[in-house]
Amino acid sequence: MGKYITKRILLALVTAFVVASATFFIMNMVPGGPFLGEKAVTPAAQEALEAKFGLDKPLSEQYTTYMNDLLHGDLGPSLKKRGRTVNDIIATKFPVSAKLGGMAILIAFFVGVPLGSYAAFHRGKLIDNIIILFSTAGIAIPSFLSSTLLMYFLSAQWGLLPSKGLNSPACYIMPVIALALHPTSYIARLMRSSMLDVMGQDYMRTARAKGVSQVKSIFKHALRNAILPVVTYLGPLTAQLMTGSFIIEKIFVIPGLGSEFVGAITSRDYPLIMGTTIFLAMFIITLNVIVDILYAVIDPRIKLK
Amino acid sequence: MAEEKYLVDIKNERLSFFTPAGEVKALNDVSIRMREGEVLGIVGESGSGKSVTAYSIMGLTAYPGKLIGGTVEFNGHRIDQMGEKELRKIRGKEVSIIFQDPMTSLNPVWTIGNQIEEVILLHTGKNRKEAHERAKELLTLVGINEPEKRLKQYPHELSGGMRQRVMIAIALACEPKLLIADEPTTALDVTIQAQILELMMELKKKLGMGIMMITHDLGVVASMCDHIAVMYAGKVVEYGTADDIFYEPKHEYTRGLLKSIPKLHEEAYERLVPIEGQPVDMLNPPKGCPFANRCNSCMKICLDKMPPYTDISDTHYSACWLIQKAEFEKKQREGED
Repeated sequence: MGKYITKRILLALVTAFVVASATFFIMNMVPGGPFLGEKAVTPAAQEALEAKFGLDKPLSEQYTTYMNDLLHGDLGPSLKKRGRTVNDIIATKFPVSAKLGGMAILIAFFVGVPLGSYAAFHRGKLIDNIIILFSTAGIAIPSFLSSTLLMYFLSAQWGLLPSKGLNSPACYIMPVIALALHPTSYIARLMRSSMLDVMGQDYMRTARAKGVSQVKSIFKHALRNAILPVVTYLGPLTAQLMTGSFIIEKIFVIPGLGSEFVGAITSRDYPLIMGTTIFLAMFIITLNVIVDILYAVIDPRIKLK
Repeated sequence: MAEEKYLVDIKNERLSFFTPAGEVKALNDVSIRMREGEVLGIVGESGSGKSVTAYSIMGLTAYPGKLIGGTVEFNGHRIDQMGEKELRKIRGKEVSIIFQDPMTSLNPVWTIGNQIEEVILLHTGKNRKEAHERAKELLTLVGINEPEKRLKQYPHELSGGMRQRVMIAIALACEPKLLIADEPTTALDVTIQAQILELMMELKKKLGMGIMMITHDLGVVASMCDHIAVMYAGKVVEYGTADDIFYEPKHEYTRGLLKSIPKLHEEAYERLVPIEGQPVDMLNPPKGCPFANRCNSCMKICLDKMPPYTDISDTHYSACWLIQKAEFEKKQREGED
């Protein structure tokens, strides 16, 4: 286990290097620049700005400088947000997205898993068909539509919930539901098919032949086997949700990392793009390691090497 | 005559699977009896209803199967009238089962110990520590060495033969009256097969339970079983002692089965004689004898009417019109004399 984790950390560092380099050069190949906004900037001002951030230097020199700073954990200054560093931006924006995303994941897991299992145990009956219908709809409906519908009815029509910001606990309800809808449906479907598969296994028959009650055989014998595909999905899902959804953050006016990331790309804020990309990559790698460890904990047949 | 007590007494059992394609009549008027401590072999080809019959003794009929007639009695319980909750108290305690494939019959995510102790905790008043001790005892009983170490292992860490031994340990944990062995050696290699069968017979001697051996391996039944029931298309077509079946088979299907066993001492040029034709379509069973269209001695009546059981001796009966015919001719000859 210790050896495995060391290996994964080394691998993560290599990945970080590759991601950083690739992003650096690709972003520089993209036309445009941070100071070519709608407002006309005089050539003199532009030159002064570029000199300030070292953009006038040759690309190779920019690259080595950046990588050197990165090694020291410094992601550099934001080009567009005066006086703020990228480290600072991630540190303030990530918790906002993570909190929303975390709640959505908990809902997705604790609603999706029981729903899917319940459907599996009532296969072919009305309740199963209803769950399939809703989970298919949940997967098919894009988040901008579900958020808009939620907002239209719950805020605009009935005035039950605030439509934007995160100033009160009630503000969280709509964005969290909108975020959780797709993964909940997906997990329910995943769990249903996985559960059906496990229910047909010989060891479930053995459990029945031993005289184990149905409830106990579900919780003890079926769930632990059936949950594996869901755990696999949980890794990338957590990364995706906790780093923020651009669409939902835009619609509900939430100051999260997702909108920051997309904003940085459109405004060519190079250090911010680099910083968020590397952060995202590291986050995904960490989650994958956690998923791998979880896997080995749940299924003894899996050995981490 | 005093009613003799049987461990298993199945009378006229009818069981069907209600599939989207229609009603599959898996069991058609099956009657089987078994005394305490007896070893009964049930032979027949795939789909003949051997397993379905055995599972119904535990009330383990898989969806969409349904018992539609007859009675199933086991150890004084009317299984056909019992609910799931009562059945649970019997399963694993009074009757247990070992399945064909030990590789998949154990849950991969729990230790061997946990899976043996589960059944002990469920049916006896033992606490965890006592159950653990009992599990150790059981592993020793089924011939597994280093029981303490094995109990902590997972199924994938054991070989197929070992796993089948563990399955037997689970089955015998509560000293059942009846052990159902559903093709217990089919998935094992030959040397292990012999070991497992030997172990079962040895344990039978020690514990005195009855064994219902489901198999299509006639060699297995010949050496182990007191009685043999030959099943075909959801019916018992012939029943008798091992000697009756092997030396005086009466039903054409039984004869066919015996002819299709390879013999080591025969001359090499002698070919095996297979049973021609296809098994019956259980969705539309014929109205006469189900074996009629594969039978070499098929008569007109066979296609029309189901043959009744004819007693050949106290221990031997079969359902075939040929036997009826032979008896009838014998009586006529006696009449003429």
